[in-house]
Amino acid sequence: MTIFSDIGRYLLMIKGMFSKPENGKMYWKEFIHQCTEIGFGSLGIVAIISVFIGAVSTIQTAYQLVSPLIPPSTIAQIVRDTVILEFAPTLVCIVLAGVAGSRIASELGNMRVSEQIDALEIMGINTKAYLIMPKIVAALLMIPLLVVIAMALGIWGGRLAATASGIISGSIYDKGLLEFFVPFNVIFALIKSYVFAFVISSIPAFYGYYVKGGALEIGRASTKAVVVSCILILFADYILSALLLPTQ
Amino acid sequence: MIEVKNIKKSFGDKVVIQDVSCVMKAGQCNLIIGSSGSGKTVLQKCMVGLFEPDEGEILYGGQNFTAMTGSDKTEIRKEIGMLFQGSALFDSQNVQDNVMFPLNMFTKDKYRKKLDRVNEVLARVNLVDANKKFPAELSGGMKKRVALARAIVLNPKYLFCDEPNSGLDPQTSLVIDRLIKEITEEFNITTVVNTHDMNSVMEIGNYILYMYQGNKEWEGNNKEIIFSKNQRLNEFIFASEFLRDAKDMRMLEESGKISNDRNMEELMDKDAPTLVPPQDENGDKK
Repeated sequence: MTIFSDIGRYLLMIKGMFSKPENGKMYWKEFIHQCTEIGFGSLGIVAIISVFIGAVSTIQTAYQLVSPLIPPSTIAQIVRDTVILEFAPTLVCIVLAGVAGSRIASELGNMRVSEQIDALEIMGINTKAYLIMPKIVAALLMIPLLVVIAMALGIWGGRLAATASGIISGSIYDKGLLEFFVPFNVIFALIKSYVFAFVISSIPAFYGYYVKGGALEIGRASTKAVVVSCILILFADYILSALLLPTQ
Repeated sequence: MIEVKNIKKSFGDKVVIQDVSCVMKAGQCNLIIGSSGSGKTVLQKCMVGLFEPDEGEILYGGQNFTAMTGSDKTEIRKEIGMLFQGSALFDSQNVQDNVMFPLNMFTKDKYRKKLDRVNEVLARVNLVDANKKFPAELSGGMKKRVALARAIVLNPKYLFCDEPNSGLDPQTSLVIDRLIKEITEEFNITTVVNTHDMNSVMEIGNYILYMYQGNKEWEGNNKEIIFSKNQRLNEFIFASEFLRDAKDMRMLEESGKISNDRNMEELMDKDAPTLVPPQDENGDKK
């Protein structure tokens, strides 16, 4: 029963976000603040993860491709498609669920527990619109951008590892990148990143906004928000792959 | 003026408020008192709209707040200021930005005008040179004063204070109480204070509503409360032996059995034969 009431409250929260802003300038300021927090705040970790994922993918693909019949440029193709299709959108978003998601849940949870949300409500401010909406819109803008950056850095990391360890030369890697490139893969990755961005921002916002209790409950809500976000990301990943990728 | 009419509120099976009615007048401090769990916070939250009452009405200046739709409620809420128990200051903003927040949200004034207003209310709560400090750098009393400044910055008609003295020393509590009283009288605000601090009750209680287990048990003012014959109220306000003694002293004073201008040295002197002041030959007090 709890799960159904939670889903109901979540949907009501989303519905409650849509109202006329009391002051557009203040909402814009909050939106820009959230863009900075979610986007620039997560850029470092996204860059590090992407470069290493690309590098490890290159080495492991080369390790598995032992047949002399397969051209070495195939390594670059595999790395490119793996990074674009899965690693950049899914893995980066799972990391972002931990970084940005836990921050959103704990920020709103702290505001709820310390009565800051009540203070805003009493002032006559729609707190769902003022506190949650800018976070979701900022995530929808910044997370796909981070995913695109992750794609580029992942592929570049793969090239770096390939040349540094002498698996293949840079020119072969570059040639492989251009072979059998399917532009839809990038669109598919962006569709995934939009869905994941919504999950990463709205689920932690829900757990943070409705937290009850004290500091301990904020921690629990934050952890629960990250766990549920990760599960939903993986579930959505499967559904989107099954629906959008032609397998035959 | 705020009218509370037959308010009932339950959480699940637990009835928290049962049929409470009262009138909170403008320009005076209206206190809701009662022990923990008596329903005073829930009553106050029903009044400001944070909880929806199950039955009854809340009227602000004759307008039925409970029956209002979202946008009308928002308009009333713009006339409400609230001082929270934990101050509820925004951690990421300094004092100036905290106080300026309602102005930024609801006015289109120029920055200079807003800053002047912020400085004016900060001066009113005796808090100067603290504009750039963050809440984490402030003491409990300073936080309450900033929260009070934020609550009055838009010139509200109604001011709600939830446990304004909790966590404060008696001296700072007195400062906050006096500030609330002065601001209430100065701006003719309808102030509703939720407290169980007896100093506040005696200091600022123009109207006092005593809650007991979700019911209105007693109402009156700070002059009447001390002589109330309500057993539950007496148990609540004279919980300590010291206060019971103080009440006995007050009763003796009122009945003329002791002088209220007695000096403390005399009281402290163990050999003093009586608390009744010495009299001259004609029986007059010296």
